[in-house]
Amino acid sequence: MINKISPSLQAAVADIGDGATVMIGGFGNAGMPSALIDALIEQGARELTIVNNNAGNGDTGLAALLAAGRVRKIICSFPRQADSHHFDALYRAGKVELELTPQGNLAERIRAAGAGIGGFFSPTGYGTLLAEGKETREINGRMYVLESPIHADFALIKALRGDRWGNLVYRKAARNFGPIMAMAAKTTIAQVRDVVALGELDPEVIITPGIFVQRVVKEAA
Amino acid sequence: MNRYSRDQIAARVAQDIPEGAYVNLGIGLPTKVANYLPAEREVFLHSENGLLGMGPAPAEGEEDEDLINAGKQPVTLLTGGAYFHHGDSFAMMRGGHLDICVLGAFQVAANGDLANWHTGATDAIPAVGGAMDLAIGAKQVFVMMDHQTKTGESKIVAQCSYPLTGVGCVNRIYTDLAVLDVTPQGLRVLEMAPGLSFEELQAATAATLLQGE
Repeated sequence: MINKISPSLQAAVADIGDGATVMIGGFGNAGMPSALIDALIEQGARELTIVNNNAGNGDTGLAALLAAGRVRKIICSFPRQADSHHFDALYRAGKVELELTPQGNLAERIRAAGAGIGGFFSPTGYGTLLAEGKETREINGRMYVLESPIHADFALIKALRGDRWGNLVYRKAARNFGPIMAMAAKTTIAQVRDVVALGELDPEVIITPGIFVQRVVKEAA
Repeated sequence: MNRYSRDQIAARVAQDIPEGAYVNLGIGLPTKVANYLPAEREVFLHSENGLLGMGPAPAEGEEDEDLINAGKQPVTLLTGGAYFHHGDSFAMMRGGHLDICVLGAFQVAANGDLANWHTGATDAIPAVGGAMDLAIGAKQVFVMMDHQTKTGESKIVAQCSYPLTGVGCVNRIYTDLAVLDVTPQGLRVLEMAPGLSFEELQAATAATLLQGE
């Protein structure tokens, strides 16, 4: 019997190694898998490359992971916010590397990795600082920039409900990066509010099919 | 000098958003435009984090941390609205499915170049978000901004001095002094604040203006 349900948050993140590339879902705090991040902080992996839209808000979740000094590099679109003080301090001290990418290119680079695309030409960013040094091409009279996929060792995402096959549904705008990150990582770990029995999720409304998910774990006992 | 108020600018932008339009309102000043869309006009507001049919802010106590806009403020979803992931949300922009986006700006050049993400300050932490995707993605890009900086420099320029967000992407500019169209011939004045002369407007603008029809 296939059972992707992890017995605990600790077990779910136990094999994330030093130097891993870890995608973390969420847009700000909506969809941020905070229980998995807390477990990762406790687990102790270091020198991580993190992929997220932002660079942490306040003192919890991704901000806490940064504050704990576990992040070597962050790939994101919008690290500067009123409450991103942990990232700001590390960045100004030269303790974290930043790869800034426009938000849509970030999403598509993640999606491309999940879809097996080796690169794609995007019109976004053409003629700007963020396209400097990248290959460009004119296609049907419009200029495009070659963008590369972002693969990850692990994706930590948050969903509303999941079953033992790894099928997921999300809640409102907390869906954001979850479905595409689930596709792009070798191992996707979903924290869910409720684990439900197989068949309880209507197949017409499953957003992430279980093929993209390796582990499901309940966010609170 | 006579100026349009920020609410008047927002109301003026709203006039140019027709029924049935799919529209993204950028964070900051452009969010005001929603207040001036008449209730009977069905306009679909898109939010980059995965909403179509975005509604107004919820009543106090009704906020939902999973239902926010691009500025991470609580919002609502109208009846008929939908949620989707980031890949689809930006496909809506990049794929040319949005009719209009309304953005703020630091500078707009006479050829429609837009600068709104970076002041070029070397000590600033760079952040871009969805600005570059919106700038090149929507069928029409409207900019809504003050005509001049707080120190009186024109934000409409012959050439942007700040790093670009997009090349030649702006179609129309709404400021506290005027409404301008970006045309192949240059910036054409459509409207001016009451009592303002073309000469006064030109004097306040660091790019050559063309008189409207």
